[in-house]
Amino acid sequence: MSQVIQIFMSGLAEGCIYALVALGFVLIYKATEMVNFAQGDLMMLGAFVGYFLIVGLGANYWIALVGAVVIMAVFSYALDVFVLRRVIGQPQFAVVMLTIGLGFVFRAAASMIWGANPLAFVTPFTDGTTSIGGAPIPDVSLSIVAGTAVLCGLLFALFQYTPVGVAMQAASQNQLAAYYMGIPVKRIFALIWAISGGVAAVAGILLAPLTLIDTSIGFLGLKAFAAAVLGGFGSIPGALAGGIAIGLIEQFSGVYLMDGFKDIAAYVVLLLVLFVRPQGLFGAAARKRV
Amino acid sequence: MREPLLRLSNVETFYGPIRAIRGVSLDVHQGTIVAVLGANGAGKTTILKTISGVMDPLKGAVVFEGREIQGEDPDRIARAGIAHVPEGRETFPYLTVRQNLLMGAYARRDRAAVPGDLEMVYGYIPRLRDLSQRVAGSMSGGEQQMLAIGRALMSRPRLLLLDEPSLGLSPRLVGEVFELIRRLNGETGLTILVVEQNAGTALATCHFGFVLELGRIVMEDTCENLMAKDDIKEFYLGMKDEGVREGRRWKRRKTWR
Ligand SMILES: Nc1ncnc2c1ncn2[C@@H]1O[C@H](COP(=O)(O)OP(=O)(O)OP(=O)(O)O)[C@@H](O)[C@H]1O
Ligand SMILES: [Mg+2]
Repeated sequence: MSQVIQIFMSGLAEGCIYALVALGFVLIYKATEMVNFAQGDLMMLGAFVGYFLIVGLGANYWIALVGAVVIMAVFSYALDVFVLRRVIGQPQFAVVMLTIGLGFVFRAAASMIWGANPLAFVTPFTDGTTSIGGAPIPDVSLSIVAGTAVLCGLLFALFQYTPVGVAMQAASQNQLAAYYMGIPVKRIFALIWAISGGVAAVAGILLAPLTLIDTSIGFLGLKAFAAAVLGGFGSIPGALAGGIAIGLIEQFSGVYLMDGFKDIAAYVVLLLVLFVRPQGLFGAAARKRV
Repeated sequence: MREPLLRLSNVETFYGPIRAIRGVSLDVHQGTIVAVLGANGAGKTTILKTISGVMDPLKGAVVFEGREIQGEDPDRIARAGIAHVPEGRETFPYLTVRQNLLMGAYARRDRAAVPGDLEMVYGYIPRLRDLSQRVAGSMSGGEQQMLAIGRALMSRPRLLLLDEPSLGLSPRLVGEVFELIRRLNGETGLTILVVEQNAGTALATCHFGFVLELGRIVMEDTCENLMAKDDIKEFYLGMKDEGVREGRRWKRRKTWR
């Protein structure tokens, strides 16, 4: 029993990271119909910025967390204003190539600044454990789960109860009508990019104590992408559920199934689900996109 | 005569190489209901988009309250006091009615006045209060049209632009929508520019009318006089011949000369 709890918690933690990256995919896709393949690399940059603030500047962990979120949010806002906004209306493959290319640039820049060796920083959760149902659970896992929950709560409140959040939903649902209402659609979209960047920074900093930070951690974005598709690309609850589902499936299949299955489990499940429900778990069969 | 609230002079607007508006000039005076009539593709929607800043004219001027506004961003023009109810209603399908209405007030600076205006809209369109927690996409076409008008009122406009409010509505609902237009104009003095294919209802409601054909104004007069004109009558007869207005298409080619 205690082993099951341990596997469950590590799957849940891993899944929360996927969920946060998937959330970034979905937020941007809903608003601009762009698929940002650099989302995982934004997470990577967020982790490095956190490293820089904590190890380089000696900042307190919580201050560094907030600082990295702000820095990545500003960076992503600028990315939209100066780069991505210009390709809106271009064919989808151009956008895909651009974001894939940005991923390469980010990885190259990170290795130039921080080198190719894996790095680590100490967090309040490193090395601690808490007993749950008799199973010792690493505090790092708990911090990831709690951090994800808090962040989702904040985002929910933002989207549901603040005028700018409702305007983000509005502009995502019907861009033209938002223009007619005098909603500054371009700025709203840049703010959505900023949120995605901030979420990526949180994911990177939460993930850092679990793995070492290096330029390749962004590749977990591929699994997060699978998670977003699983949830029905375009559904925020779907992205969260898809991420957690994939994290859990991976951990359990890693323990109970043959070697090697862990790495493909996410994709096997994705294919099976798409056979049965092509629109994904949470996707509506036919959505109106304007 | 007084300065018009809105004046278009020699406006030309293009879709790429296509000249949709070919030198349109029209005045809208404070406190009036003005109708622009025309068949499909005449350029009615393009005129409204040019006024609200969603499209920029290549030539000509749009003057609102004495200030040239052509080429400005839609949010600035919305703040300047022009609200646009777009063709096909264009509500936010997954937001509630109340959230949709609040989006109409998004560009406003005087946030404190918003709750009062929400009550004003509910007063004019009581059904919206009953439906306030419903998701807009689940409502009927008539309800969505009322919502789109209510949403536009939330910006406290001094000029309301309405793009084919009768589109796809039953005759009874068309009557309701135009009754609302008349009340808003009569009770609050709101200036309204409405474009329509449903010439009968529009002419019965408006004070002044323009007839648009292929991007040009071909006739302008008071609505009373327009109604009496022979070719306008023929236009009506055309409607009657075809019985029910089928969707939004006129089967017969209309000429105005
Ligand atoms: N997005 C577009 N791209 C190219 N041409 C367009 C576009 N929208 C409209 N047009 C053209 O511009 C002209 C005017 O169109 P507009 O939509 O203003 O007409 P309308 O009077 O509103 O017609 P309807 O009654 O069908 O709504 C038409 O010839 C139309 O083909
Ligand atoms: Mg039109």
